[in-house]
Amino acid sequence: MMYKEINFILNGENVNLQVSPDEILLEVLREKLGVKSPKCGCNKGDCGTCTVILNGKTVRSCLVLAIEVDNQEIVTLEGLMGNGLTPLQESFLKNNSFQCGFCAPGIILSATELLGRNSKPEKKEIQEAIAGNLCRCSGYSPIIDAIIDLTN
Amino acid sequence: MSEIQLDYAKPKLLNEALDIISKSINPYILAGGTDLIDMIKEGLVQPDMIIDLKGIEQFHQLSFKNDALFIGAGVTFSELIESKIIKEHFPVISELSRTVASLGIRNRATLVGNICSAVPCMDSGPLLVAYDALIMTVGPKGERSVPAEKWFIGSRKTAIEKGEIVIGISISSPGKHGSCFVKLGRYEGEDLAQVNLIILALKNYIFKVSFGSVAPVPVRAKKIEQLINGKVITTSLIEEACKLIEKEISPITDIRATKEYRMHMAKIMFERGLNAAVSRLNGSGPEYGKNLL
Repeated sequence: MMYKEINFILNGENVNLQVSPDEILLEVLREKLGVKSPKCGCNKGDCGTCTVILNGKTVRSCLVLAIEVDNQEIVTLEGLMGNGLTPLQESFLKNNSFQCGFCAPGIILSATELLGRNSKPEKKEIQEAIAGNLCRCSGYSPIIDAIIDLTN
Repeated sequence: MSEIQLDYAKPKLLNEALDIISKSINPYILAGGTDLIDMIKEGLVQPDMIIDLKGIEQFHQLSFKNDALFIGAGVTFSELIESKIIKEHFPVISELSRTVASLGIRNRATLVGNICSAVPCMDSGPLLVAYDALIMTVGPKGERSVPAEKWFIGSRKTAIEKGEIVIGISISSPGKHGSCFVKLGRYEGEDLAQVNLIILALKNYIFKVSFGSVAPVPVRAKKIEQLINGKVITTSLIEEACKLIEKEISPITDIRATKEYRMHMAKIMFERGLNAAVSRLNGSGPEYGKNLL
């Protein structure tokens, strides 16, 4: 297999590794770099559990080649948290937003992207922002409530 | 993934990209990757070379000059939604883009990628057909500009030729106009279209009507256009036009909807879309982005 060297910033730190051109970013993050917050759900871009932030925008890491992020910047939930829970996570906790939690990292990143753009989004905008993050436990209401709660 | 040894290149210049294509056996262009990576995973395509066009600066161009809009092949749906040029001159492109997949997909997926994948339920096809857009390509034989109606030749089949790259889309402004994009999904957010439709209302009540997801390729509804052009829109005219919809489109039954449901909804969408486009032309009507269904 042909390997190529890539360099990128992951959660504020430089990463340098060898990847083959067919490796998927999600798999590299989880299996080679031990970053476990992005999950593999549908593996085709529909469910949003693999969401990461690439150059400031949420993307589906299951649909990104690892080699594409050469010289780019990636943030996952691990990077967002730093040393503790973010206010958004606190709000999710308070509102009992999640049950199994599988979708949580993706939803936290999508909501973070939204709040970075608009600090007081309407309910409709919240729904639009997380439409691509499927949750099979909550029915979404407590998730949306928590985001609204934080912005009030 | 594929058994074929895959290579990847991210050229900075168009000529470099064309050169790599000419030297590869089965090259594929990568823009947002939201279709391509999935197709590779599914085994539908087996490229030996992926050419990432995101390194080529001119592909990120989004401009409006001499009354013509140019959308480069690397422009994402999110960039279209955020663009002031689009909001001002072609608000329906923003209206449409907001219905494409989900935000995390729109941050990567490009309009040009959408019309290169050319799946029948794509949202961008009817748009380009209605606006008589040109698809600009470059390849071994030089540059071509293909009218949108000739671009789509079947499900997942386009008029692209071997060795060619799509540079972007050119849309001439029809002047002041009202427009409306209506999309039927199973729920709001993220779903593929069961039927989609775009209507342009130009001055003197000249109309452009195009349907998607109801035939292998986008349908330009010329019989309907002929019927309603230059006329004041009345309930009886809409009824007459709805009868023509049955002659214009040929929906099928699939996992997302039956053909009967699609036909029924196409008529409702046509009526609401037409009324919205006309009232927008006259400076009123629902704001762009409002769901009419």
